[in-house]
Amino acid sequence: MYDLANLSLETAKLQGATYADVRVMHLRQRDLTTKNGQVGTLAQSESIGIGVRALANGAWGFASTDRLTREGVSACAAQAVSIAKASALAKRGDVEMVGEAAYVDSWQSPFRKDPFEIPLETQLALLLAADAEMRRVKGVTLTETGMQFRKIDSWFASSIGSRIHQRKMITGCGIAATSFKGDEIQKRSYPNSFGGQHSLEGYELVESLELLKHAGRVGEEAAALHSAAQCPERTGTLILGGSQLGLQIHESVGHPIELDRVLGQEANFAGTSFLTLDQLNKLRYGSEIVNVVADARLEHGPGLGTFAYDDEGVPAQCTDIIKDGQFSGYLSNRETAHLIGLKRSSGTMRTESWNRLPIIRMTNISLHPGSWGFDNLIADTDEGILMETNRSWSIDDRRYQFQFSTEIGWEIKGGKKSRMLKNPSYSGITTEFWNSCDAICSRAHWTLWGTPNCGKGQPMQTMGTGHGAAPARFRNVRIGSAFSDQ
Amino acid sequence: MSPSRKTKKSPAGRSAAPSDQLLPERELRRIIETVLRLAKSTGADETEVHVDETADSLTRFANNAIHQNVAERGLNVSIRTVVDSRTARATTNRVDEDSLRAAIEASLSLAHSQPKDPHLLPLLGKQRYRKVNRFRKDTAALTPEDRARAVRRSCDLAIQNGQVAAGIFASGLQQSALGNSRGLFAAYRETHAEFSITMQENPAASWAKANAASVRDFDPQKLAQRASEKAHLAADARELAPGRYTVILEPAAVLDLVGFLFYDFAATALEDKRSCLNERMGKQLFGRNITITDDAYHPLQLGAPFDGEGMLRQRVLLVDRGMPKNLVYARSTAKAAGKKPTGHGFALPNEYGEAPMNLVFAGGDSSLEQMVATTDRGLLVTRLWYIREVDPYEKVMTGMTRDGLFLVEKGKTTSAVRNFRFNQSILEMLRNVELLGPAVRATGEEAFEMVVPAMKVRDFHFSEVTRF
Repeated sequence: MYDLANLSLETAKLQGATYADVRVMHLRQRDLTTKNGQVGTLAQSESIGIGVRALANGAWGFASTDRLTREGVSACAAQAVSIAKASALAKRGDVEMVGEAAYVDSWQSPFRKDPFEIPLETQLALLLAADAEMRRVKGVTLTETGMQFRKIDSWFASSIGSRIHQRKMITGCGIAATSFKGDEIQKRSYPNSFGGQHSLEGYELVESLELLKHAGRVGEEAAALHSAAQCPERTGTLILGGSQLGLQIHESVGHPIELDRVLGQEANFAGTSFLTLDQLNKLRYGSEIVNVVADARLEHGPGLGTFAYDDEGVPAQCTDIIKDGQFSGYLSNRETAHLIGLKRSSGTMRTESWNRLPIIRMTNISLHPGSWGFDNLIADTDEGILMETNRSWSIDDRRYQFQFSTEIGWEIKGGKKSRMLKNPSYSGITTEFWNSCDAICSRAHWTLWGTPNCGKGQPMQTMGTGHGAAPARFRNVRIGSAFSDQ
Repeated sequence: MSPSRKTKKSPAGRSAAPSDQLLPERELRRIIETVLRLAKSTGADETEVHVDETADSLTRFANNAIHQNVAERGLNVSIRTVVDSRTARATTNRVDEDSLRAAIEASLSLAHSQPKDPHLLPLLGKQRYRKVNRFRKDTAALTPEDRARAVRRSCDLAIQNGQVAAGIFASGLQQSALGNSRGLFAAYRETHAEFSITMQENPAASWAKANAASVRDFDPQKLAQRASEKAHLAADARELAPGRYTVILEPAAVLDLVGFLFYDFAATALEDKRSCLNERMGKQLFGRNITITDDAYHPLQLGAPFDGEGMLRQRVLLVDRGMPKNLVYARSTAKAAGKKPTGHGFALPNEYGEAPMNLVFAGGDSSLEQMVATTDRGLLVTRLWYIREVDPYEKVMTGMTRDGLFLVEKGKTTSAVRNFRFNQSILEMLRNVELLGPAVRATGEEAFEMVVPAMKVRDFHFSEVTRF
């Protein structure tokens, strides 16, 4: 693959590029789903191609092709340079990049069981068994299960001399039960909504989830939600389960720290950010117990944002984002780092595939665990609501005002988890919310959740991100707003 | 776009237009025939082949300059085999015989691994299709230089007005062919162009966007001008209390809300009891001024005249004067329901069945200006953002206003307003429509393009306000 990459780089240089980088990528994917006891999707796909990014006349161009011949990749590289020259027709200054060393390396994400080697019959049998367990529950009207496996090879080469091969194995799995009754549709999912848990692991993730152990409960809760009390409207104490807190981090910390948003590069589509450059190291983002990092290193865990090098050839790093409650860092790349006084990119350029330009992306944006046991946290809460498993999420285009709803809630009274609540929701302003955090559960309750479906960029790219979180408590939160008529 | 501008040679030299990047139809047919020939010796009872090819380009600008500029070219071959009442799909983007053979074998291996499906239908035989012409040579010939010059003009306008422009100018070509071992063959190609612009006059912003088969169907500079004028009006936004307001929703705002209804019209969604139309078909669910069809042949629509199995797409009346009348059906769901398939099925195997992808709302004759003039107190909404479903049966959606929210008082827009969060049932909203504008091809960011009118709606529920 490096032969094609080298040819692209040589062509780009001959055509006038002052810098170029190339990604040859081979993506393999398998999807299995069931619905109501029948196999739904059963599909496998592979895609291989090359993407060339070139800097010429001080501006960027990018072209990609699946024609992996010498003629095909040469034409692609020449097209990238030609596009860069067209970009220069509407530039306001030349692109500048901070320095980075050249690396020659090969890396593979660790996994114990290759999911592509596990018999399909075994995988389907597990899904169908979980599906059947959920359907046993009276009142369940729709059952869904799924597994998704991806194996991604990428060969990165740049005109500064880097040659980096990475192989990632990604696994996802989840189940869900839906119940329609009267004028309500209620749903429960395990271990998370929107496809379950996803991580940089092999089939061992599926086995660790123990789907059959949880399937019955999932069905029972979906059916029971119809007779649960409506989540009340009030301002009060909120405890978020780990997966919901992971999405809260994603939306109200992960996106606003993307430096391309901050600099206005996403203004037309994804939006901008309230975290303007003057806020760095000044803004009180959260309470003193709130510590958030952007950590792409393997030692952080097998997250969807874990890698050895980003797609600009910068090694994985850990960056403090919120340190003891204070806003302390952005996600940057080689083009933007110098604009905030950094001498080096924080290594967050990522691409969905060979046919997409790398852009600034979340890696693993994680909240450090605190010291509370979950039972102790509940016992310490006189009155509050515990919300678990995301149902909907929305936040404004500067990432101030958000509203989330979850699949299920539980009333907490006198330090005890009591009755089930349906249609829970909460809303707030980002910094007010994080400043109201007064308790975070310990490492024993911390999970590196995977969000597989983060959309950004034009053309749209879907990226997996990681979010480590343990259940946490927030005070004076507006609860029940989604169903309020006020 | 002015055609004369596209033929001028730029100082930077011309880039190759992508029009020569699509294979001729005979090449797609050859790939399909190769797969069918290879599949004969593998034990597959039946085989279906989709070939999809794209050549897309997108120029992205921000801070009054181009900052990203991309082109992609790709072709996928997707193969579905059927063996002993089992089916599965494998897809590859490599078209050499070894790779195609490997994909056939992968598909067969997946198919063999599952239980028999007694409801699996045989592949469809030869069909006749209605001709649609959605391929425009002017759009296919658009170059990076053409897009860069148009972007430059918009950025110059922003600078001239003390504003900052961001957006995209995209164009592309795509084609699809579908063939199977029963002799079916269908092919379709189209072009598309899109321009979207946000003008920022800190801290205010406004937005305009268009999407069409032909780049001649919109004028980027006019869109830039409109966004610029509205951004200026959006400055000095005042904060209003949340509550219920009469709203005038521009077509993009209508689209991004009603777009969430499309899957509710799938027969499979009702069978799965996840549609808001369960137990509501034939009832007066919306106002009598709401009529919705799915019409792939509407002159403002794009898309192929056949579905994922090769069925001819039918025009379907979904809602007649406020009453949900019909659903769309894939072949298998139609058979189970004792209905005729409508040509809206997704490629098999899948668990979602079908969906109407070419929604057309009947319009009215009220202009936006007339809607404003007839409003004593209300809000004019440019665009909505980050819309998500809160209650799937009552179809309560949440989201934010964005890029231009204006107070209307006594028939005039009087000031800009800080953005609101809404929690609003679409079902209720479509009962509260007071006026309709002419239906246009609308484009937003939350739903795919549809033909919808602007709407004046009473009692729209805003629940919270944000900081800008």
